[in-house]
Amino acid sequence: MLKDTKFHLIALLAVLVLLLAGCQAAATPTEEAATEPPAAETEDVTEAPMTEEPVATEEAAGDIVIALVPKNLGNPYFDTANNGAQEAAAELGIEVQYQGSSTADATEQIQLLNSLIAQEVDGLAISANDADALVPTGQDAMAQGIPVVTWDSAIAPEGRDVHINQATAEGIARVQIEMAHRLADGEGQIAILSATSTAPNQNEWIGFMEEILQEPDYQGLELVDTVYGDDEDEKSYNEALGLMTTYPDLEVIIAPTTVGIAASARAVQDQGRIGEVLVTGLGTPNQMREYVKSGAAPEFALWNPGDLGYLAVYTIYHMVQGDITGAPGDEFDAGKLGNYTILDDGTILLGAPTVFDADNIDDFDF
Amino acid sequence: MAATHSETRSARHSRRVSLRNILVRWELLLVVLITVVTLINIQQSPFFLKPVNLSRAARDFMELGIMMLPMTYIIIALATVDLSVASIMGMCASFMGLLFMNGVDIWIAVAAALALGVAAGAMNGFLVAHVKLPALVVTLATYAFYRGMAYAMLGDEAARGYPESFTYLGQGFIGDGRIIPFSLILFLALALIFGVVLHTTTFGRYLYAIGNNEQAARYSGVPVDRVKMILFVLSGFMSALAGLVLAARFGSTRPDIGLGLELTVITATVLGGISISGGTGTMIGAILSLLLIGLVRFGMGLMNLQGQVQDIVIGLLLIISVLLPSIGRMLSRRGALSNLNVSQVLQVTLFVIAMALFVAFFLWSRSLL
Amino acid sequence: MVIGKERTATSLGLMSILVRFREVGILFFTVLLIIVVSILSPVFLTAHNFRDILLNISILVIVGLAQMMVIITRGIDLSVGSMIGLVAMMVAFTVVAFPGMNPLFALLLGIALGAALGSLNGAIIAWGKVPPIIATLGTLSIYRGLVFLYSRGDWINSFEMPMGFRQLSKGTPLVIPNLILFAAAVAILVFLFLRYTQTGRDIYAVGSNPQAATVAGIRVDQVIFIVYVISGILCGMAGVLWASRFESAQTNTALGFELQTVAGPVVGGVNIFGGSGTVIGVVLGSFLLGTINNALTIVKISPFWQLAVQGLLILLAVIVDSAILRRLQTATKQGNR
Repeated sequence: MLKDTKFHLIALLAVLVLLLAGCQAAATPTEEAATEPPAAETEDVTEAPMTEEPVATEEAAGDIVIALVPKNLGNPYFDTANNGAQEAAAELGIEVQYQGSSTADATEQIQLLNSLIAQEVDGLAISANDADALVPTGQDAMAQGIPVVTWDSAIAPEGRDVHINQATAEGIARVQIEMAHRLADGEGQIAILSATSTAPNQNEWIGFMEEILQEPDYQGLELVDTVYGDDEDEKSYNEALGLMTTYPDLEVIIAPTTVGIAASARAVQDQGRIGEVLVTGLGTPNQMREYVKSGAAPEFALWNPGDLGYLAVYTIYHMVQGDITGAPGDEFDAGKLGNYTILDDGTILLGAPTVFDADNIDDFDF
Repeated sequence: MAATHSETRSARHSRRVSLRNILVRWELLLVVLITVVTLINIQQSPFFLKPVNLSRAARDFMELGIMMLPMTYIIIALATVDLSVASIMGMCASFMGLLFMNGVDIWIAVAAALALGVAAGAMNGFLVAHVKLPALVVTLATYAFYRGMAYAMLGDEAARGYPESFTYLGQGFIGDGRIIPFSLILFLALALIFGVVLHTTTFGRYLYAIGNNEQAARYSGVPVDRVKMILFVLSGFMSALAGLVLAARFGSTRPDIGLGLELTVITATVLGGISISGGTGTMIGAILSLLLIGLVRFGMGLMNLQGQVQDIVIGLLLIISVLLPSIGRMLSRRGALSNLNVSQVLQVTLFVIAMALFVAFFLWSRSLL
Repeated sequence: MVIGKERTATSLGLMSILVRFREVGILFFTVLLIIVVSILSPVFLTAHNFRDILLNISILVIVGLAQMMVIITRGIDLSVGSMIGLVAMMVAFTVVAFPGMNPLFALLLGIALGAALGSLNGAIIAWGKVPPIIATLGTLSIYRGLVFLYSRGDWINSFEMPMGFRQLSKGTPLVIPNLILFAAAVAILVFLFLRYTQTGRDIYAVGSNPQAATVAGIRVDQVIFIVYVISGILCGMAGVLWASRFESAQTNTALGFELQTVAGPVVGGVNIFGGSGTVIGVVLGSFLLGTINNALTIVKISPFWQLAVQGLLILLAVIVDSAILRRLQTATKQGNR
């Protein structure tokens, strides 16, 4: 029995070594930017953080640490946003930490945000996995004086200071209907392949699309179905196959999600139905280049996610510096993107989405 | 789940003899680990010891803890797991949200959701105890069915706007300090009840008896089927309760609430020394395991370790905590490595070479792009 | 359904009859479903749609067979989804780095990588005596974490993949798509392996009664080790085919697939307590799952109800199957008397 104790001790030591190794590796993953944790024991400054009213306080730019939180890690769309954010960070001389959960799940994201709030970062730029579930966490952060800016996917207004809109929901919906209208030559059956059935972005866009379809210009288009690929490649692919099987006369699939549009285009291509069924929606140029050229998805739209990350960092920077408070009407300068104003509903509009087609797609690389 | 293939009856018997010793040691191991992790956290992050941070981090793990309590019972008595817990959680939270959005009083909605949890657990229990289907099969099917019902209820809607009296369940604090979360007290109270029932009552003894030998327990008059039924009902009820706490913490419900939590619950329970082959384990172990996982996750979060690295560490912790003592026992039984025959040495060598090749390829192929 | 070494000639005859009958329940349920859906929708019973169903279940069949062998030995492999994801990612990067590589070599590479991952599972379980559910729950997290560490957030998208690699699963040199042929080949090989090799028969013996197997001179540890290596091999193969079929390798490839691969065999009548299970059962079980998924879309069940209906149908299938089995068993017993 003595032996058992001994081996438990060995187990213990091994786990200990493992944990220490984990600590050493703490800063290794992914980020080339500043490996120093926000507050090493030596820094006395951070011990007295400006929790009370940091918005009004000026900080030396070098000490500002902003956390950029995507829906999940390992997604090129968010990595592009991070590139833009790092560009802004370099221009401003501040630090941007790119921190995300492993899956796009609210529970995990809240745990992550809590550890960032605990570290007293100077600002949070979040793409929310759940608009409502993150409200209490956002409120906690704001109560501690940490500005909360959401981008890509919003937290409900009471849980954030400012949201950066990639485009108005109506504008995004309209550009997709316009593309579908062009591709279907004015009339025919169309279907929507969305992300998860709970995704707040997609549902808002789909709502607007349905309204826009009521307009006289688009009477020729008939929306026959809306299906959900859960932003999983496999499921989206199968759902696209299902659409083509169920509706033999289908002309256009609109996929307002980067995963869904690529999967749909591939499904069309695999089925040898290029030209009969056309795919459009929101996608990234790198991912869609092949399908634009093959004709499976002749045109699609998107904003530049890099600009989104860039603008988010500038917004928080100005809030931390006390230049703006996040109130409607506040104006600020966002480097290469020019001047922005916070709108009445507490959002900032990035700009109109870009339509990509065979003529311009090679000018973009993200 | 199948009992471990490798354990002989005599081994199991001898373990029961020294059960007390081993259990005490397992909990001791957890306590030491917790101490070590705490020290590392304190050393690595100046933010760790702030009460506000600890209290906020604690809230993130309470639903997990609540679901671990009945899972501990199920693993001890039935040597199997309930895969449907997170789905029941989602279904019941969605049901409450649906009722609330349709104007039903929040507390009536809460009661209805708990009742639905009981019903869901009763269906699992009925299929296991009376239709005699394996628990893993039943709960795998209801895992899909109950989660599906959550989507059917709320669709793409979120239920929101819960009154503060309800969100207190997940967000509130006891006292003025805003330090001790209500959900922590709720969990501790439940854990105390579950622990006392497990270790001091007849029902608790039944659980160990069934876990050690179901046939023998049956012959000695333990109402096995009724106990099984009770366990699944309990699991359904507690999952529903955890769902309510989570919905209160979120201040809203979406049908995907708690998706994938079942494997986390099982991992945490097993790490608490609750043997998956049934019959052993204590409630203290389960609670310590929850504390350990919480500290490890929160600590790694403070050190800005990515989520996936955290997953790797938890996975290693799980395997190593079972593997090393097991290897130790094996070595001590055989005396030394001297008994190994040639083919065994060859196998181990091949295995080591295969692993080395894999690691080499892992590093090399990634350097190409 | 013990197919042990010590079986007698008469019990063999009886058992084989029962084994042949074993899949009746699930077959009955599948046929019923097909009839109902065909009445509801004309597009269901077309060759094209049938091909889609087969394509969709091919990978599930391959991994389901691996899972079946593991379950027969009273184990479970929860790390299959992570193994598939890791192999898919590693092979995809390699293929992109060497676009001229023969796709069959990519397949072999995937099998080798899978074998290494599976042997780690096997070593922990067979030599380290860690219960399978714990070991593979651990490697589920570890392998998935490695996917992330390996990719560092980069995905491989379809435009990067060489055409030859994509054709590995999509090509139709023999009229039927390769992917379906791979699944069929694996099914036949596993069938032959289980029936005609000593190791294959040992798998059943170990699962039916480990003590008896040890007494009979079977090296239980070795059999168990081999089963997890096989699981790794088939997952490696599935990973390559997955990357080829979906023309992408992402950090969440095959995330959560493990429970589906348990559902296929379980619906197909594989005893979760070990000792029994057949190739044909797994194929039928997977086919039923695929048909359910396909039918739900075609019959235009609201997407919000699909998962619920799917879960309910699985539950029904399991209950109907067990009812029929029990009927059969009592009938056989009475016949014996």
